[in-house]
Order: sequence, then C-alpha cells, then structure tokens
Amino acid sequence: MMAIASEQQTVDLREPSGWRRTKNQLATVGMWIAFVVMLVPLGFVLFTVISKGASAISWQFLTGSIPVNVLPVTYGGVGPAVYGTLVITGFASLMAIPLGILGGIYINEYGGNHLLARVINFFADVMTGVPSIIMGLFIFTIWVLHFGYSGLAGSFALACLMLPIVIRSTYEMLRLVPNSLREASYALGATKARVTLTVTLPAAIGGIVSGALLAVARAAGETAPLVFTILVTQTINKNLFSGPNTALSTLIFQNATQPYTGAQARAWGSALTLIAIAFILMIVARLVTARFARYDH
Amino acid sequence: MEQQEQKVTAKLEVPQTTTAPVSPATEANKIFDAKNVSIYYGSFRAVTDVSIAIYQNEITAFIGPSGCGKTTVLRTLNRMNDLIPSARVEGEVHYRGASLYDKAVSPTAVRRRIGMVFQKPNPFPKSIFENVAYGPRINGIRKKSQLEEIVERSLRQAALWDEVKDRLNKSGLGLSGGQAQRLCIARTLAVEPDVVLMDEPCSALDPIATGRIEDLMQEIKSQYTIVIVTHNMQQATRVSDRTAFYSVLRNEKPGASDTRTGVLVEYGATQQIFEDPHDSRTQAYVTGRIG
Repeated sequence: MMAIASEQQTVDLREPSGWRRTKNQLATVGMWIAFVVMLVPLGFVLFTVISKGASAISWQFLTGSIPVNVLPVTYGGVGPAVYGTLVITGFASLMAIPLGILGGIYINEYGGNHLLARVINFFADVMTGVPSIIMGLFIFTIWVLHFGYSGLAGSFALACLMLPIVIRSTYEMLRLVPNSLREASYALGATKARVTLTVTLPAAIGGIVSGALLAVARAAGETAPLVFTILVTQTINKNLFSGPNTALSTLIFQNATQPYTGAQARAWGSALTLIAIAFILMIVARLVTARFARYDH
Repeated sequence: MEQQEQKVTAKLEVPQTTTAPVSPATEANKIFDAKNVSIYYGSFRAVTDVSIAIYQNEITAFIGPSGCGKTTVLRTLNRMNDLIPSARVEGEVHYRGASLYDKAVSPTAVRRRIGMVFQKPNPFPKSIFENVAYGPRINGIRKKSQLEEIVERSLRQAALWDEVKDRLNKSGLGLSGGQAQRLCIARTLAVEPDVVLMDEPCSALDPIATGRIEDLMQEIKSQYTIVIVTHNMQQATRVSDRTAFYSVLRNEKPGASDTRTGVLVEYGATQQIFEDPHDSRTQAYVTGRIG
C-alpha cells in the first residue's frame, strides 16, 4: 500500500474549457438548426394538406365517381383513383417485390464474384438513379404504343421503379446477416438453399419487408410514370389489363392545374388520401419489422 | 443430385461404437487420417504438409501461436473451408476410411456427421427450442414429440436444461455468453454427430463457464470424438488425451511469396507434449518462452 501524501492536491477532472468545448456546443447548435430546418417544411406540407384536404374527405369522396371539373367537391368523389392507385401499385408490387428479393438473394448469397451478379448489382444501382419519367416513357414506347393505355402498363412502369429499390434493400439487409449464423447452419449439415431459407432470410426479413414497403409507398406516390401509361377515366375501370385507368397521383396532377375550386378541393382531398395510404404502409412496415424481430433483442 | 447425395451418405455410414476410451493409436480407432495436407487461401499457403491421425472417443487438442493454421486444419476436417471461395486443400484427408475431398463426397453429408462449435457463440435469432431443433429438422424430423425429446436430451447433455427449461420459447440471443455457447454445443449434439470440432469454444467465456464446458466435454467424450483448438495450454492439459502443437514457419528466403506458413511441429500424448517435448520449439512454447 502506498502512503497517501497528506498535502495531496485534488486532481482537476472538469471538462477543460476552450476550443474543444466550443466545438461541441457549435455542433450541437448546428444539429438543432438542421433538425428544425428539416421539420419546418415537413410540418407546413402536412399542415397545408390536412387543413385544405380534410374537409373534402368523406366515404362518398373515397368511393364516388369522378365528376366533371366544374362541379364542387360535394359532388361525386375520387373512387376510381383510389381504386386505381391500390390495384396498379398492388400489381406492380406483386411483380417487383418477389423478383427484387430473389435478385437481392442471388447477388448476395449465390452470385459471389460472378459476372452476372456484378452486372445485376451495377444495373440496380444505375436504375435507382433513373428519373421516374424515363421509366414511364420506356413503358410507353415498348408497351403502350402496341397495346394501348391500361392499368397494367402503369404497373409495369411502377414495377421498373420499385425493382432496383427492392434489390438494393434486400442486398443490404442480407449483407448485415453475420456470416457466423450461416456457418452455424452449414456446420449442422444444411444445404445452401436451406441455410438461405431458414437462417439468412429470417434474420434479415424485417429489413427486407420494410424496404419493400418503402418501395411500395414511393411507387404509390409516383406521377410521372403513370401519366404516359394509364391515361384518365371518370369511373372505376375494373379491368387492370385494358382500357384507361386512373390513380390518385395523376388525378392530383390533373385537378390541381384546373381553375375550378371544386377540382382543386378534390386535388387536396386526394393528396391527403395518398399521404394517408403511405402513412398506413409505414405503420404496417414498422409492425411487420417488430413482429419478425421478436427474437433479435 | 439427391441420389448421389444418398449414395455418399451411405458410404459414410459407419456403425458407431460407444465403447470406453480405448487403447490408443490403433488403425481401427482412427477417425481422421490426414496425410501431407497443405491448405491454400488463393496463392497463400496457410498450412504446409500436415499429417495427423485422430482417434475415436478421444479429445485431441490443437495448440500453437496465432496464425499457425490450427483453425484452418480444424476446418478442413468437416469441409468448412469450402465456404471460403479461394480456399484449396492439397493432400489426403480420410475420415473413417472415406476420402473427405473425393469429388463424389457431399460436404453436407460430411457436416451432418462432423459437427462444429465456433469461437464466438452464434445462436440463431430463434427461440432456444428452435435453435436446438434446427439440426434435427433439417434432417427431416418433423414430429413434435420427437423433437421435444431430442431438445431435452441435447440440452441435458450440454448441462443447460435446468437453466432454460422454463423459457424454451424465449430467444436464444438472451442467454449469457457461457449459456449461449452451451446452447451451441446442444445444437451440435442434437444431430448426433460422430465428431465434434471445437474452435476455441471457451475463448469468449469466463473461467466458471469455461470449467462447465470442460466438464461437459469429459462427459460426452465416451460418445463422441472431440477435436478442440485452444489458445489456453492449461485447458489442453486439463481436457485432452492427445495434443498437436502447430507453429509458424518463416521462409527467410528473400523475395519468397509465401513468407510464413503453418506447420505441425509435434503430435503426441498430451502428457508427453507438455512434460517431455521432443522438439525444442514445442518446449519453448509450452514453457511459455515464446508465444
């Protein structure tokens, strides 16, 4: 034991003032400013859409047929657009999500350094950056010109948009699965397919599902790819595969540019409906992620 | 493909004897027989010219400094190195008379008989029950009652049953390090392997948890053949019957591409290795002069 000197000086353990401390304070203030700057426009958007759109919302608004532009918002509704958005986006998801997840699995689990895997990876990257209107134009030239406008054409355009997002998010999620889990499964005599299906995918499924739902939410709000591919209709078109269709996003675009107050009110109502749909999808994504993560800690 | 796999499994099917520890080093007790094995990662020769025989119902310890290739050798015994794309094995590895690296041999069939416990406990993000039932399930056991029986037996063997029997449906990730490692051992034992390979199973554990795993190894030794890689020489003396000392051989030749490679220096009964090493390098290592 060392003897403790009686005249021992107390050690100064306080944060030394000076430049380091100032930097810390500056960074904190900077972050708060960035937070507020980000929050203000978001708040304004939500506030405006809700205040202008909420009055329009009613069951009749969500289900009724689209009236002529001059009529006030109390007549008819946007039913065909709600229906169109759900069905067109739904069918696009049906095409893009399974394909995208399989693509992601291929790149990360099977492709290794193969040329095909690298090519897919590269093009998924490139496609993420392609403007959505180009996707619409692409489907217009290869599909609409030959088979005419239809909800299906819109689905194709949205699927093209979603596919790279789903591939990328699946790939990133699978990459996060620690290799030790795969090895544990291999060491028990599992085949590669078994390892992927019973260990790797379940470990990543939460992230994959939320990535896919984010892609759906993004696609549901897209306007440009639909303008070229589905045209407009005033009544519900139950046939996805032929005939013009409509969607909330294109309806907003068309009505908001009208001089009639009724049409503008319908646009605001549709905007709120679209936000609500996206919001519901986000909540579902959270719930699904939590459900799958119950063993994750 | 399926047919081929079946054929190979049949080839590897050898009657399992559960006799007490036998008089060592006879041909009949040989589980593994590796001859002149060199293992490459790309152009790097990680291990050079290892010849070693491993015997039934014994615990064989691999010791040696870091980077001497002991884990690499261990992983060639159940073809785990196949998972590393650049890895390549030269030489002969026989397992109960069958050539492990024969083209017709399915790594899956090999690993079903030769299990592995890893350095870091790696339970699946599943319930404790599902962790242990995973192996039997992939072997086609579906019946709930049978799975329950296997899970209980394996957890008892791994000395974990009493601690987890009331929370079998809780996550395997919620266990402490020592418990998680015993869960991984239970998971390995659930498929009733012939051999259990252990890659530094206690390096992440405290002495109490380590002691429990060492006791457990002694208990299951009569039914399994165990090969353990360890950095802890006391552990090797405590648990093993035979010890293999690996070391790093440096290539002093200027301009040589393989500047260092792992070699097997000495292999013998544990007592002999620690008390009467024949090689000066072994002596230097076990007396703690080099590390």
